[in-house]
Amino acid sequence: MDPITPFSRRIFLQQGITLASMVGTIPWFLQHSAQGMLSSDRSVSSRAGVPEDRILVVVQLGGGNDGLNTVVPYGSDEYYRARPSLGILAPGKDKGALELDKKIGIGLHPNLTGFKDLFDQGQLAVVQGVGYPNPNRSHFASMDIWHTGSSKGRSEGWIGRYVDCTCAGSPQADAEIAIGRTAPLAMIGVKTKPVSFENAKLFQWMGKDLPSDMTNMSDPYDTMNRAGSLSGIEAGSQAAFLMRTALDAQLSSDRIRAAMAKTPLVAYPNTKLATQLKSVGAMIRDQMKTRVYYVSIGGFDTHSGQANSHGNSMREVGDAILAFQNDLKAQGNDGQVVTMVFSEFGRRVKQNASGGTDHGTAAPMFIVGAKVKGGVHGTHPSMTNLDNGDLKYTTDFRSVYATMLDQWLDTPSAKLSNKVLGQAYPNLKFLRG
Amino acid sequence: MINLSMRPLGKAQWNAQCARHLLNRAGFGGTPTQVDALVAMGPEGAVDYLLNFESVSDEAISDTLFDRHIRRPLTDEERSMVQEARRSNDEDALAQVQKMRNERDGLDRKQAQEVQKWWLGRMIETGRPFEEKMTLFWHGHFATGYRTVEDSFHMFQQNQLFRKYATGNFARLVGSILRDPAMLKYLDNDDSKKGKPNENLARELMELFVLGEGNAYTEHDIKEGARALTGYTFEDDAFRFNPAQHDGESKTILGQTGAWDGDDFARLILSRRESSEFLCGKFYRFFVNDAPGMPNEKTKVVTTALAAELRKKQYEIKPMLKMLFRSQHFYDAANMGATIKSPVQLTVQTIRELGVPPRDLATLNAATDLMGQSLFMPPSVKGWECGQSWINTSTFFVRQNLAVYLITGKRPEAFDWDESLANWDTSALEAAIAARTGGDSAKDPDALLDIILAVNATPTRRAQFRAFTDSLTGAQNGSSKDGGPLTRTLKLRGKALVHALCLVTSIPEYQLC
Repeated sequence: MDPITPFSRRIFLQQGITLASMVGTIPWFLQHSAQGMLSSDRSVSSRAGVPEDRILVVVQLGGGNDGLNTVVPYGSDEYYRARPSLGILAPGKDKGALELDKKIGIGLHPNLTGFKDLFDQGQLAVVQGVGYPNPNRSHFASMDIWHTGSSKGRSEGWIGRYVDCTCAGSPQADAEIAIGRTAPLAMIGVKTKPVSFENAKLFQWMGKDLPSDMTNMSDPYDTMNRAGSLSGIEAGSQAAFLMRTALDAQLSSDRIRAAMAKTPLVAYPNTKLATQLKSVGAMIRDQMKTRVYYVSIGGFDTHSGQANSHGNSMREVGDAILAFQNDLKAQGNDGQVVTMVFSEFGRRVKQNASGGTDHGTAAPMFIVGAKVKGGVHGTHPSMTNLDNGDLKYTTDFRSVYATMLDQWLDTPSAKLSNKVLGQAYPNLKFLRG
Repeated sequence: MINLSMRPLGKAQWNAQCARHLLNRAGFGGTPTQVDALVAMGPEGAVDYLLNFESVSDEAISDTLFDRHIRRPLTDEERSMVQEARRSNDEDALAQVQKMRNERDGLDRKQAQEVQKWWLGRMIETGRPFEEKMTLFWHGHFATGYRTVEDSFHMFQQNQLFRKYATGNFARLVGSILRDPAMLKYLDNDDSKKGKPNENLARELMELFVLGEGNAYTEHDIKEGARALTGYTFEDDAFRFNPAQHDGESKTILGQTGAWDGDDFARLILSRRESSEFLCGKFYRFFVNDAPGMPNEKTKVVTTALAAELRKKQYEIKPMLKMLFRSQHFYDAANMGATIKSPVQLTVQTIRELGVPPRDLATLNAATDLMGQSLFMPPSVKGWECGQSWINTSTFFVRQNLAVYLITGKRPEAFDWDESLANWDTSALEAAIAARTGGDSAKDPDALLDIILAVNATPTRRAQFRAFTDSLTGAQNGSSKDGGPLTRTLKLRGKALVHALCLVTSIPEYQLC
C-alpha cells in the first residue's frame, strides 16, 4: 500500500505511535504516562514525597448557598426571630433538622440525609463560618475571590497555580478536569489549563457525524490530527505546538470517553450534580492521572420562595455526594479522594419579604472522604454580633485551601500553600494524619 | 536569516501570499477575490487602502443604538422612595425596591449580550476591517470588564472611544481613557478622593497601559499618581471632574514635582522612552509574531525602530503601523503564520474568508467564550494573554467544532440538523480554486490548502489531504477513469468542497494566522 494513503485506522494509530516515540515530538500526555510507568509504586511520584494518587474533587454551589438553612443553628432564638417562616425546626420536630451537635445546637437541613449518613460514618467534616475579610456581595466578584484566593483580581486560580507549582514546567494535559461549559477560573494557571467538557460525547470532533454517503471523515481526520509534529515542521514553532496539542486532545478524548463507557458500580440519582459526579467516579475508576476534578451546579440564589427550591437543592447535594462516596468505596478508591463543597457566599441572617434571603457573607464548607476527620470544625458565627445584618466569618477560606494543599495534595513539610496563596494561612485539622 | 529590515517591501516581492498575510493581520482575512484586489494595488496601495479606512463608507453607528437609560441615576422621586423604604424598614416597600433593582439588572445584562452580538456582527460585516481590528486591540490593551462595570451602555461608549482613536493619537487616547466612565468604574477611580486616593488606576496606567511592568517607576510614583487622579469621576454617562475631591497639592512623579493632575501624570509617563517601546512590543505580538518570548533579542531592533517612529510622530499611531505593515520584516517567511488566531479572529476570519453564512451571533459569542475570549469580559485588567495560551485540549475541539458549525450549520449538540444549512454558495471559492489550477483538477487539493492556510503546507500534509479528496471525488463521480469531462471539472465543488473544508479547518495549521 502506498505509505501516504493508508486507510485503515490501525495503520494510522501505528503511524501515530511511531512518530510519537521520536524525541522532540512526544506529546505531553504520553511523556507523563511514560514517566508514571517508570516508578513501580503507584503512590510514589517523580517528585519525592508527593503522593500522586491523591485526588481532590471540588463541588461548587453557585448563587450563594444559604448556610444558615444548611447547617441550622436551631439552638439560637435569634435564628427563629430572623426567619419566622424560613427557619428550620429543631431535630425531633416535624421536618426538623438532622442532629449534628446537640451541645452547640446545630443540625443539618432535613433533606441532607446523605450528609447525615456520611457524618454518622465519620466521613463528613463541617467547617463552620467560612468567609474572608471585607466580604463582597456580588456573585461574580465573590466567586472570583474564592477562585483566585485573592481579593485583588488575579487572572490565575488557586488550583491552576498549584498545578503550575508542582509540574516542573510541563503540566500533564489532564492534570485537572472540569465538568461544565467553561473552565473555572480556579483551574487556570500560567502553564496549566484544565480539560473541560460538559458532556464527554461532545469532547471530540463533530465533523465525524456528517452524513457519510460521500466518504468516511473519521480516518482522514485521525491521520491529520494524531500524527504529532510532522517532518518539516520546526521544533518549538507555533505549528509544532499546535500539532502536539492536537494529538494530546485526541488521546484525552479517547481516554475520557473510554472511562465513561463503563457502567458505574452503584446507582446514582438522576440529577445534574449526580450525573457530573458519576463521570468523575468513572474517570477515577479508570485510574486517570488527574489530580483535581471540578463540578458545579447553580440554583442557590434564593431571593424568593426559598423553602422549596433550597430544599430540592439540599436533597440533590446530599444524595449525589453520598452516591459518589459509595461508588468510590465500591471501587476501593475512597481512601484516595477528598471532596470539598463551597459556595461564593452565604445569605443574610434575616429573611426578606419574598420568602427568600439576600446575598450575605460567611457560610459552612463541607469536606467529605474516608481520610477526613469527621465532625464539626471551627466556631459557628455569632447570631447576635452581626456586621450590618450579616454573619462575621470565623474561618478564612484560604485556611481550608492551605490545609488541602499542605496536607492532602503535598507533603506537610513543603508548605506549598505559601507559594500558591502568596502568604501563610493556618492549617485546620479536618484531615486525619 | 530573518530579514530585520524596516525598509518597504519591493513591488517585485509583492504577491498573493503577502497580500493575504496583510489582510489576515490588519483585518480578519478575506476571500480570494479580495486578496487579488490587494495584490493589484501593490504593497503601498494595499497598506494605504486598509489603513486609510476613512475613505471606505461604512454604516454609521448611532448613539441611540442602545438604551442609555437602563442604568440612569434614580430620579428624586425614586430616591426618596428607596430612602423611605429603608427608613421605615417596611417589608413590602423594601421588596419593591429590590424588585426594581433586579429588573434593571436583568435588562442591562440582556443589553450587554446585544452589545456583544452587535460588535461581533460588525467585525464580520465591516468594510473597514482595520478599524475593528484596532478597536479589538485597544479593548485588550485597556481591558475593562462588564462584570465589574455592570453598565452595558458604558461598555458600548468605551467601545466607541476605541473606534474613534483606532489609529489616532495614543496620548490623546490615554487622556480619554482617564475620563471614560467604564474605566473609572472598573478600576475604582470613581471613589478616589483627596486624602483617600485609590491606587488602582494609577498602578495599571503605569504597569499595563503605558509604561510596562517595572519600567522606570516605583511604588512611590504610583501613590503620587493616584493623588493626581483624585476627583476624576463620572456622573451618569459623562466624565466629571470633582474639584472638591481633587488633591491639588504638590506631587513628585518620576522625579518631577508640581501640582499635577491626571493629564500631567499621563504626560509625564508618556514622555519616557520606555512607554513607546512597551506599546510597540504589544503591537509586535498582536500584529507580527506571538510565539513565546517575542519580540526576542533579535527582533527587538524592530520594536525599537517602531518606537522611535512613534516618538518622532508624537504618538500618532498610524505612521508607525504603516511603517510596520510596509516593512520587509513583516513579510519575512518566519512571520507568516506565526501568530495563533484569537477566538474572535478564528470566528470572523472563517466567515470572511470562506464566505459561509454567519449563522447565529449568540451562538458565536458563546463559542468565543468557550474558547477563552468573551468580548467585553476580559479575564482581568491584563486583558487576554493571546498566543499559545488560547490553545489547550478543550479549546482545540471547540475551535474545530466551531468551524464545522459555520461550514455546515450543524451544532455540536444538535440531533435534528437540517442538512440544507450546509448548502451555501461555494461558487466564489470554486472559481478561486479554478483560477489557481488552470483547470487541472488534480491540483485542487493543493490550491485549497494554499487558499486557506497561513503557512505553506508540508509535503506530508498535502499528500494526506490529496488522499482524502481522491476518496471524495471517487465517491461522488464514480470511478470513471476515461478522461473526458471529469478531468476538466473541479474535484472540489459543492458538497465535496463543504466536506473538504470541514477537514481542512480541523487540522492544527488552520489555527495559525
